[in-house]
Amino acid sequence: MIPQILHDLLFDYTLRNVALGSALLGIVGGVLGTFAVLRRQGLVGDALAHAALPGIALAFMLTGSRAPAVLMLGAAVSGWLGTLLILRIVRDTRISEDTALGVVLTVFFGLGIVLLTQIQHSGDANQAGLDRYLFGQAATLVAEDVRTMAVVGGVALAIVALLFKEFKLLAFDAEFAASLGFPTDRLSILLTSAIVLAVVIGLQTVGVVLMAAMLVAPAVAARQWTNRLGVMVLLSGAFGAAAGVTGAVISVTARHVPTGPMIVLCATVIVVVSLLFAPERGIVWDAVRRRAMTREALASGPGRTP
Amino acid sequence: MFDTDLKSAPPVRVRDLTVAYRETPVLWDIDLDIPEGQLVAIVGPNGAGKSTLIKTILGLVRPASGTVAIYGQPYERQRRLVGYVPQRGSVDWDFPTNVLDVVQMGMYGQLGWIRRPGRREREAALDCLEQVGMADLAGRQISQLSGGQQQRVFLARALAQDARVYFLDEPFAGVDATTERAIIDVLRELRARGKTLVVVHHDLETLREYFDWVVMLNVRLIASGPAEMTFSRETFQETYGVRTAALTELFDAHAVAAAGD
Repeated sequence: MIPQILHDLLFDYTLRNVALGSALLGIVGGVLGTFAVLRRQGLVGDALAHAALPGIALAFMLTGSRAPAVLMLGAAVSGWLGTLLILRIVRDTRISEDTALGVVLTVFFGLGIVLLTQIQHSGDANQAGLDRYLFGQAATLVAEDVRTMAVVGGVALAIVALLFKEFKLLAFDAEFAASLGFPTDRLSILLTSAIVLAVVIGLQTVGVVLMAAMLVAPAVAARQWTNRLGVMVLLSGAFGAAAGVTGAVISVTARHVPTGPMIVLCATVIVVVSLLFAPERGIVWDAVRRRAMTREALASGPGRTP
Repeated sequence: MFDTDLKSAPPVRVRDLTVAYRETPVLWDIDLDIPEGQLVAIVGPNGAGKSTLIKTILGLVRPASGTVAIYGQPYERQRRLVGYVPQRGSVDWDFPTNVLDVVQMGMYGQLGWIRRPGRREREAALDCLEQVGMADLAGRQISQLSGGQQQRVFLARALAQDARVYFLDEPFAGVDATTERAIIDVLRELRARGKTLVVVHHDLETLREYFDWVVMLNVRLIASGPAEMTFSRETFQETYGVRTAALTELFDAHAVAAAGD
């Protein structure tokens, strides 16, 4: 069975698109998610993904087109507006960040569901399948989707590659970066915009509800294995790709398995293994070390230490 | 108000500076000149606005009114002359990076956009680590550092900025004796090279031993002048607003020591 899947991955049209698409979204999500996690903004990705839903619906209502570029643009604009709204609420009012996240996320998502329901009952034959943006459906990926994802993801990755040094400083010590003269507000918005791109390319495959996991899970797992940011970024991209491809292929080959949740479950397996068994930071080794130390302390006896 | 004659302008000149968070004033109408080539302490109780003063001078906090000049020019034009050591607790020390990398961040301003640190930066950073006595820990993951070592890494990062005036926010807070010694040695060495050092300080016991100049602050500027003349029972009580027996002893002990000289 495994060789058959490998063969299909290369030569079966659907499976090849599914694999390429989910690998792309995994890599881009993993790379950008690293910075989101290090800046303690994991939930921003969640709000952003939910906020993208009304944009998808509106883009379809305005254009009547289901072209991936059109829907992605709608998703990006609305996700970006949602994120800026959160930043403004935090800056200009006394509402805390978690509250602002909760409000924006639910309001945008609610609006998105209302619009989506409207569209579905409009009798427009072309609308079929817009609801796949909720939980994702990898099987619907076609070559055009993958091409659009590659362009958008490429832009996001290029931004990170160019400004790696600046983003690192921003994530580690934003105030020091500002004292050096780096425009930290604008850098922050640029980084968030790149995260918007990462979210947008995952929406068709993973869906708005679970997309945040593709930002957070690979990064959390990668942090367990390395102490270097460069390695963490690459590893996180690789974990994202692995989870994406595995989950998507399982969902396409087995029937009645939603893609988004399956990919997230695969990412979760990677996270759990990493949390437990990573050499330095793993819980298991930590417990082993602690037991060894306790035994040593007991063996040396109480009276010996002053 | 900006001086055109750079030679006569002091490292730091603050005029009519008021800073407020929402409606509460944190700094009120501060006028202050900091003289060149001195070790300057900023002291005052918690909430006196010491960190805020530094951050406002560095352009990190926007003042409600007033101006700040570094060697006669706005800070934006003089960044290259300024080094900064933030409070150690302001960053996440579990960040995935090592000591050398953090020190190199001091050179990001000189490097400018996109360019990455290379061999020259690496050697300069190692030299800075040498100065704070941590050259052997260059490859160490920063989460494995003690508090004192973290502080010295931050100091080395400021050294890498190669500045003329340095601002240090509580560099002696919660560090071991070795680190305190290492830091004060570095600060004195910098002073000997003509640098100006502005330090938020908490330990009044060491104030007169370490510093040439004292700025006493409690929202308003209480006093600013040479340490021996400025730090007195009167200015202390005005700054801290308390008369605890333990702290008054500070001055009596000093008076006795001075009488014995």
